[in-house]
Formats: sequence, structure tokens, C-alpha cells
Amino acid sequence: MSLRPATAEPRWVRTLLLTITMLFLAAFLVTPLVAVFTEALRKGVAAYFAGFDDPAVRSAIKLTLLTAGIAVPVNVVFGLAAAWSVAKFEFPGKSLLTTLIDLPLAVSPVVSGLIYVLVFGLNGWLGPWLKAHDLQVIFAVPGIVLATVFVTLPFVARELIPLMQEQGTEDEESALTLGASGWQTFWRVTLPNIRWGLLYGVILCNARAMGEFGAVSVVSGHIRGKTNTVPLQVEILYNEYNFVAAFAVASLLAMLALVTLAAKSFIEWRMTSAPASPAVPGDPT
Amino acid sequence: MRLPRRQHSVLPGFGLTLGFAVVYLSLVALIPMCALFLRARGLGWMGFWSTVTEPRVLAACRLSFGAAFIGATLNAVFGFIVAWTLVRYRFFGRRFIDALIDLPFALPTAVSGIALTTIYAPNGWIGRALEPLGIKAVFTPRGVVIALTFIGLPFVVRTLQPALEDLEADVEEAAASLGASRPQTFRRVIFPAIVPALLTGFALAFARALGEYGSVVFISGNLPGKTEIAPLLIVTQLEQYDYAGATAIAVLLLVISFAMLLLINLLQRWSGRRHLRGM
Repeated sequence: MSLRPATAEPRWVRTLLLTITMLFLAAFLVTPLVAVFTEALRKGVAAYFAGFDDPAVRSAIKLTLLTAGIAVPVNVVFGLAAAWSVAKFEFPGKSLLTTLIDLPLAVSPVVSGLIYVLVFGLNGWLGPWLKAHDLQVIFAVPGIVLATVFVTLPFVARELIPLMQEQGTEDEESALTLGASGWQTFWRVTLPNIRWGLLYGVILCNARAMGEFGAVSVVSGHIRGKTNTVPLQVEILYNEYNFVAAFAVASLLAMLALVTLAAKSFIEWRMTSAPASPAVPGDPT
Repeated sequence: MRLPRRQHSVLPGFGLTLGFAVVYLSLVALIPMCALFLRARGLGWMGFWSTVTEPRVLAACRLSFGAAFIGATLNAVFGFIVAWTLVRYRFFGRRFIDALIDLPFALPTAVSGIALTTIYAPNGWIGRALEPLGIKAVFTPRGVVIALTFIGLPFVVRTLQPALEDLEADVEEAAASLGASRPQTFRRVIFPAIVPALLTGFALAFARALGEYGSVVFISGNLPGKTEIAPLLIVTQLEQYDYAGATAIAVLLLVISFAMLLLINLLQRWSGRRHLRGM
């Protein structure tokens, strides 16, 4: 019998803890994931693909791609601007700003949708004006995009701010001293330095943008073929007891989640194995 | 530390980036949120109070708070065990499991909702095993707890992991060499060091669970007064064009969210960690 180090648990404790971990994660994480795919394929591959042969599903996919296609770039620009000002400069109210950026994460998705209904809805602030100009935001695509922009607002900024704070301003200062312009410095020094953190934020932002349900549900109005995103279409199919189609469409989102997790793990591995590589323009790595 | 009034930095773009960030944040987030509070002011104190003390609203809030609390507690216990195993033990598939912890963040809540409902339904994989025991999960408050536990798990695990990694081995060695048994070392040395992180994770999971909508509405059955959560009640009242009712509950939820955010910030300052991975 080998002696156990004094700072390790007895073997039976370790086995117990490992078993609890496995059972808990199996019940709460693995089975839901597996269930999505088995339910989707319950009636065979043909039925699975038949689930996508529906104009409403295809228009939902288009709307989701459009929404994420707007929300992600817009929040990348915001994230870069916010991180540049917070990380590279000192100003009063800085911690208030970083707290406010995190705010959408603390707000219930339903409330996130509601605030836009109260601004743009028929009896909201801008409701009468919008009606007079024949514009519609709520129960239309602009509302969906706005609600998605709101819930995904923090993701890029909160990755970039700590990263850029850690990196300091020396690299940029040297570039400027050597005669680079502000934009050149940003593109050739800052951006290569933060590329993995930026990609990390983009991936999380995109996953949320494509998967958001509560906020979008409140502003969408559920007009079939017009204002349904993929998650909303999943809900509709499920509530119509069209389970195979619901899970088939849901399996798309589950695959997106798996790709997101894989990319996230890869970037985490990249960021820890090559910490803050010095920026060399044209660096092949 | 007092900062100089104006720091002269050679870097350009301060005005542009800060200006853009502030204007964008105001337009997208702050001004719409003000709309909510202004609308709530129109209700007056009496109107607000009479709305939030309606039996249906009270029942929804009680369920939301109760289920969020139980879910966060389950996560604190099991999330601790999961984080401990992932940090301390080496076993086959550890990296894979570690990546999987973030699934509830990555999986859209509607998908989690229908998947959990299918599994815990009486004819589902786990529901089938619970049924002979007389435990009904779907369409009961238990279902709400299951969904809220699912979505809260990563918050606890991801807050605890760095705290456990930061524990110095020599402290435990010192405790052991001074004659402490392993349970004593755990209780007196390890546990006190990670309490701030555990509380932060609990608060994050609780805050998230309080506002959660997508994963709950499928599994709960949405019976008014029984399995109806507060966020769902907001949606129901909006659909009935009861803007006043929806606004009152939303303000209540929002104020609690702000309080939780403040508490979490304080807890994180206490544990010396502001930035969380993953979330």
C-alpha cells in the first residue's frame, strides 16, 4: 500500500467526489445535449431533413443570420472603442462606465425586450411619431435587431478591457514615437496584440446573438415567416407538437453551441500557451 | 490614489472612442432603461404597490425567488464538488468536461428548455426513473428549479476554479505538518479561503436565475399562481396590453438586479477578482 500525501484526500473520497461530479453533469449537461439530437433523429434522417423543408424555418434562419450580422459588428466597434478609452487613458467615472457596460448581463431578457416596447411601441415614447411616419420597430425586424444588440452589448467589451489594461500603452507609444499614425498603430500594433481576445468576445457575442430568446420574444410579435428568429421558430414548432421538426431546428443551435465551446477552448488554450506575444507586423503565428 | 486632473497621453483617439462608447451605451441601454423608470413613475407609489401585491404577482415572485435560491444553493454544493474535481484530480476526459461546463452559456435557452422538458417528462430518460418514486418534475415548481440549476451551474464552477487554483499548496502542507487532519485542513484552511468566490458564484447564479425566461417556460407549465415565474408574468401582461402591470414587475426585477450587481461587485472586490472567465 502506498502512502497517501497528507494534502490529498483518501481514495474513497476522491472516487465519491468524481462519481458525484459525473452523475451531476450527466443529469444536467450531457443528457440535454444528447436528447436534442436523438429527438431530432427519432423518425430517421429523412424526417430530420424534412424539418428544414419549410419556408418559415428558412426565413427564421435568414433573420437570425441578419440579426447576428448586424449586432456582432456593431458591438465589436463599441467594444473596441470602449476598451481603447478605458484601458489606455485615465478619466473620472471610469469604473462607473465599466459597470454600466455589464448592465445588460444583469437585466432579465424579458425586461430587455420590454424597455424597447416602452420606447418604440405603439403607446411608447416614439410610438406616435413612428406611426405618423409609417415606421415600425416593435413586432418588426428593427426591434429584433435592437433587442439583440442590447443583450450582446457587453460581450466584446468585457473581454477586451481587462486584456488591453494588462497590455498597457508601451507598444502603442513606441509605434507612435517611430512615426506611425494613430490608425496605423491601431491596425498594426493594437489589433494583433488583442486578436485572440477579440475573437473570443466575437464568438461569445455571436452565440448569444443567434440564440437569444426572451428579449427577442417580447419584441418580435411572432409573425410567421417575418419576425421569427431560429429560437422563436423552435418554440412555435414545439408548441405545435411538431417535436421532430422542433428538435431538428434546435439541433442547428446545439451545433452552434458545440462549435462555440470548441472555439472557446481553443482560444483559451492559445491565450495561455502564448501569453502576450510581442506584436510583429506580419507575424505568421 | 488621486489621479492627476488630466493625464497627457501621447495616444490619440481618447475623445473619439470615449465619446462613441458613451453615446452608444446611452442610446442602446441607458435611455431605454430610463423609459422603464419614467413609465413606472407614471403609476405612482399606490399604483406600483397595488400591482406588485396582487396575489398572482406575489405568487410569481415567491416562485422566482424560491426556485432561484434553491437552484443557486444546489449549484453552490454540486458546483463546488465539480470545480474541486476539475482542479484537483486528473482523470480521463477532464478537459472535455471542463469545456462542457459552459454549455448552459452557449446553448440557447429555448433549446435547453425543450431538451430538459423532454428528459424530465414522465416518459423521458430521467423522468421515467423519478416517476416510480412519486416525483413529478415537469409542470411543477421542481421543473423550475431544474431549469434554473442548469443555467446557473457555470457561474459557480467558473468563479470557484480560479480561486481553487490560486490556493497555495504550502498552506495545506503547513496545516498537515502541524498535525491537522484532512477534514480539519479543509474546514479551517481551504474553505475560508474560497468563501468569497463561493458567495460570488452563488450570487451570480441567483441573479441570472431570477430573470431567466427561455429555459423555464417549457418545463414549468406556466400555471398562474402555481408554476408561473415573474418574467413570464411580464410577458403575459404585455400580451394583454397591461403595460402598467408589466412595467411594475419589470421595475421590481430591475431594482433587484441592480442590487445583486452591486453585491456581486462588492463580493468580487472582497475576493480580489473582478474579471470572470467565460460569462
